[in-house]
Amino acid sequence: MAEPKNKYDRQLRIWGEQGQAALEKASICLLNCGPTGSDTLKNLVLGGIGSITVVDGSKVEESDLGNNFMVDVKSVGQSKAKCVCSFLQELNDAVKAKFVEEFPEDLIDRNPSFFKQFTLVIATQLQERSMLKLDKICREANTMLVIARSYGLTGLVRISLKEHDVIESKPDHFLDNLRLNNPWPELKQFSETIDLNVTDPVVHKHTPYVVILVKMAEEWAKTHSGSLPSTREEKKEFKDLLKAKMQASDEDNYKEAIEASFKVSTPRGISSNLRQIISDSLVEVDSTSLDFWILVAALKEFIENEGDGETPLEGSIPDMTSLTEYYISLQKIYQAKAEADFLAIEQRVRSILKRVGRDPGSISKTTIKNFCRNARKLTVCRYRLIEDEFNSPNLSEFQKYLTDEDYSTAVGFYILLRAVDRFAIVYNRFPGMFDGSWSYREMDEDISRLKTIGVGLLSDLGCNGSYLSEDLINEMCRYGGAELHTVAAFIGGIAAQEVIKLITKQFVPMCGTFIFNGIDQKSQLLTL
Amino acid sequence: MATTITGQLMSFIDKIKRVIKKITHTLLTSVRLKPTRREGEEGGEEGGEDPSSSASTNHKDDKQENQDQNQSQENKGSAAMASPTEQQGSRWRDLDKLLARPGNLVGSNFDPSPQLKEDLQEYTKVLVVGAGGLGCELLKDFALMGFRNIEVIDMDTIEVSNLNRQFLFRLQDVGKPKAEVAAMRVMERVSGVNIVPHFCRIEDKDLEFYSQFNIIALGLDSIEARSYINGVVCSFLEYDADDNALEASIKPMVDGGTEGFKGHARVILPGLTPCFECTIWLFPPQVKYPLCTLAETPRTAAHCIEYAHLIKWGEVHSGKPFDPDDPKHMQWVYAEAVMRAELFGITGVTYTLTQGVVKNIIPAIASTNAIVSAACALEALKIATACSQTMSNYLTYNGQEGLHTKVTEFVKDNDCLVCGPGVLIELDSSVTLQKFIELIGEHPKLLLSKPSVTCRGENLYMQAPPVLEEMTRSNLQKPLYDLMDKLSYGIIHANGMTRANGITTSCLKKIRISFKVIADGVADMDTAGGV
Repeated sequence: MAEPKNKYDRQLRIWGEQGQAALEKASICLLNCGPTGSDTLKNLVLGGIGSITVVDGSKVEESDLGNNFMVDVKSVGQSKAKCVCSFLQELNDAVKAKFVEEFPEDLIDRNPSFFKQFTLVIATQLQERSMLKLDKICREANTMLVIARSYGLTGLVRISLKEHDVIESKPDHFLDNLRLNNPWPELKQFSETIDLNVTDPVVHKHTPYVVILVKMAEEWAKTHSGSLPSTREEKKEFKDLLKAKMQASDEDNYKEAIEASFKVSTPRGISSNLRQIISDSLVEVDSTSLDFWILVAALKEFIENEGDGETPLEGSIPDMTSLTEYYISLQKIYQAKAEADFLAIEQRVRSILKRVGRDPGSISKTTIKNFCRNARKLTVCRYRLIEDEFNSPNLSEFQKYLTDEDYSTAVGFYILLRAVDRFAIVYNRFPGMFDGSWSYREMDEDISRLKTIGVGLLSDLGCNGSYLSEDLINEMCRYGGAELHTVAAFIGGIAAQEVIKLITKQFVPMCGTFIFNGIDQKSQLLTL
Repeated sequence: MATTITGQLMSFIDKIKRVIKKITHTLLTSVRLKPTRREGEEGGEEGGEDPSSSASTNHKDDKQENQDQNQSQENKGSAAMASPTEQQGSRWRDLDKLLARPGNLVGSNFDPSPQLKEDLQEYTKVLVVGAGGLGCELLKDFALMGFRNIEVIDMDTIEVSNLNRQFLFRLQDVGKPKAEVAAMRVMERVSGVNIVPHFCRIEDKDLEFYSQFNIIALGLDSIEARSYINGVVCSFLEYDADDNALEASIKPMVDGGTEGFKGHARVILPGLTPCFECTIWLFPPQVKYPLCTLAETPRTAAHCIEYAHLIKWGEVHSGKPFDPDDPKHMQWVYAEAVMRAELFGITGVTYTLTQGVVKNIIPAIASTNAIVSAACALEALKIATACSQTMSNYLTYNGQEGLHTKVTEFVKDNDCLVCGPGVLIELDSSVTLQKFIELIGEHPKLLLSKPSVTCRGENLYMQAPPVLEEMTRSNLQKPLYDLMDKLSYGIIHANGMTRANGITTSCLKKIRISFKVIADGVADMDTAGGV
């Protein structure tokens, strides 16, 4: 075998061939290619996104040279979309790069069906009116939308789509499910073949902790009328029993058993998060249901029947101190149970498909298997229409943010980012954006105008305008609509990361609006 | 000057400006009229030789710069308090707003004016350490945030697997030095910026090299390299008699790190905020498998790979070192690991995993690098110009499950052996090493018995092993002042035993020594007589 010279090696280790294939199939549209847009796409082009279409009607100006890496001196006067597109193409020739020399606002107004062709639209530096309109267009066309904006030392990223279902959510720390609180017959039988009082010290210190815990829990249950340790005292007592079984102080397997002893006491059954998913109304499937919900429907049936309240077993076990043969045997026992659970789910999937009038084989074995392995980690993300959020935000959350010291700056920026767009409608420029020279009187005038608009926005929501910090209003006017490169790079990085999660359908995209705080970097996610 | 400044760290530009003003005000103004000015000597802070002069910008750029200069000269007249002028449509239109306008949420030394950006371009010198995933981003970010004097150091050459994120490199660059290609690409794109590449190890540069920079940005992937630079930067740190860090000796650092969807960005102001060593515990220990597991009870694919890599290779290739960059070596390890896995019924050994385990590959993507670098570069701009309040002092980012960012204000360890003040001792220049050792045994803050003494990594006296003891014994009768290169100030590390609550423990102490030297000649004469 030749050395694989794969330029994607470092990312394939994160999202695998499947994730990469999804990226390479995706077609992305970027609206406005200032630094925020250019840097977002840069991150995606490097990763091998399928195709990009850059939409921007402006020409490269001198001022673009001070914040955008995807233009150079020779580009001045030319189409910005064209220049950015060609510099992006340089980064990766596997990507299909196109550009449309048109102002996004016009395109949104004149040709809404344009957006249907894309997997995902990234809208940068768009003002409120166009953004709300685009949001509705994309929602209707079933095109994913990511909003990204840089403004002085603040900015935002917001995802908008109806629903995003994740099977491979790949959480960082997720407790394994070894069923130590509910071992099945095969696992018990295997444990019975092993003697914890074995005299051979090598075997004693290489008896896997899973076996130790299954046996000791059984012993405990015998003397505690069938129940497992549950109170704090009982748990401590159980640990002491484990400690007493140690024959030497260097027995790592017993240390592991003590550390993992809480797994014996964890309550049986499924998490509240999963309970919510299987209780969703979409579980009542029909021929139009997404595969995801067909699978969830099968999972629900499984949990309520042969699963006896549990999800299918993942089948993998973590490494643990053990003799090789014990470990391999355990691995096979877990895999066999997982396979049996998978077969049960598969049967249910096939019959559900048949019931709703679809081809029973239309969901592949691989998909079902993958679903079973991740059944405990399913995640469903739903996003409101931005207009709905603006008109009727979650008021209790909103009030909480306003009065919470950790959130007040973020929510202030959230309001002010809307306020500057209203300002722009009236004055045809952003506050603090002057032609050439400016005076402190003019600046003060903008500050008080912006304040009026911001306070008005707050009172429309029934909130007290005094929550809006004077310092933040000043700051917004100081920014004068500036798009700073590092802020754009930060926002572009976040936007690209979210796009990757949405397209690969791996990991969990953010919920809510991310508000960047470039003053002290205490950025926040607001769920409204 | 520095001792009179209290409170927040003043911006570098401010600091340099004050020094310059002190020297001569007229020189400053006349120098400003010149189109190209990078004379280091006027500031007195930058090194004598100018390594950037070799990398000349093309004529078109010079012209561009000229125009900028002329324009700003014209503006100066109207830049009175009542009506500051900004150049709409000019190249730095957006940055100018941040640097030329007053604000309330800014640094305490913020002095907004159109001049500030020019000063940033002129007098602030940054070093980017590492031209990899973070380094490429940092170079671009600095160049587009108005920094003009940038240097970059990296010992690596470009590999194919870099191309998914190190956006300054192309396929045809594979094999070339990262620092050189990165510098060239950014200079091609951003006119007027000057980036001097250094294709070498960080250890190859002396202290003088590192001392010329106002800010050092780290884009590294190893703890060892971070520790090294941290040590260098902290070696510049000086304390006053009350153990307060001297402002002028503080060299700020920004440091980034990423792994997959996670990363951190931090600001280190040595002497004020924790240095890298103060919070070394933040880095998780590396995964290491016990040899007995590899040899006797393998259970996972990684165990089989490490067996082939760490045990079998040595057994078979007597003496020939394993080279992880040699595909033949990697193939061999992979084949061995497959055989071992089959023997034990273990599954999951792949070539990709073999590479990952053997080379300890950290997954990396463009977006995380972009986020972390942008945070670092923004903080660097704030340090240089005070144009905004700053982050204190450690940002973590995790985009794996939703989106989480958090800023933690870590506190420095006053007893830190690297950035801490240590114990100040004033000595006569005639005191011998022997006498010094007795002295630290009695000093109430030290009470160190049987200490081994080192200075800047050099052994002055070692208690053990016997070979080293014998080699260093002759130093005992020499004056410490002479052993420390006759500098009036220096740092000693002493490792000895100390007793507390009846228990004797081994302990390493940092000692700051200030020598009382009346005159060089006199001190020399004194050495003969001892104490």
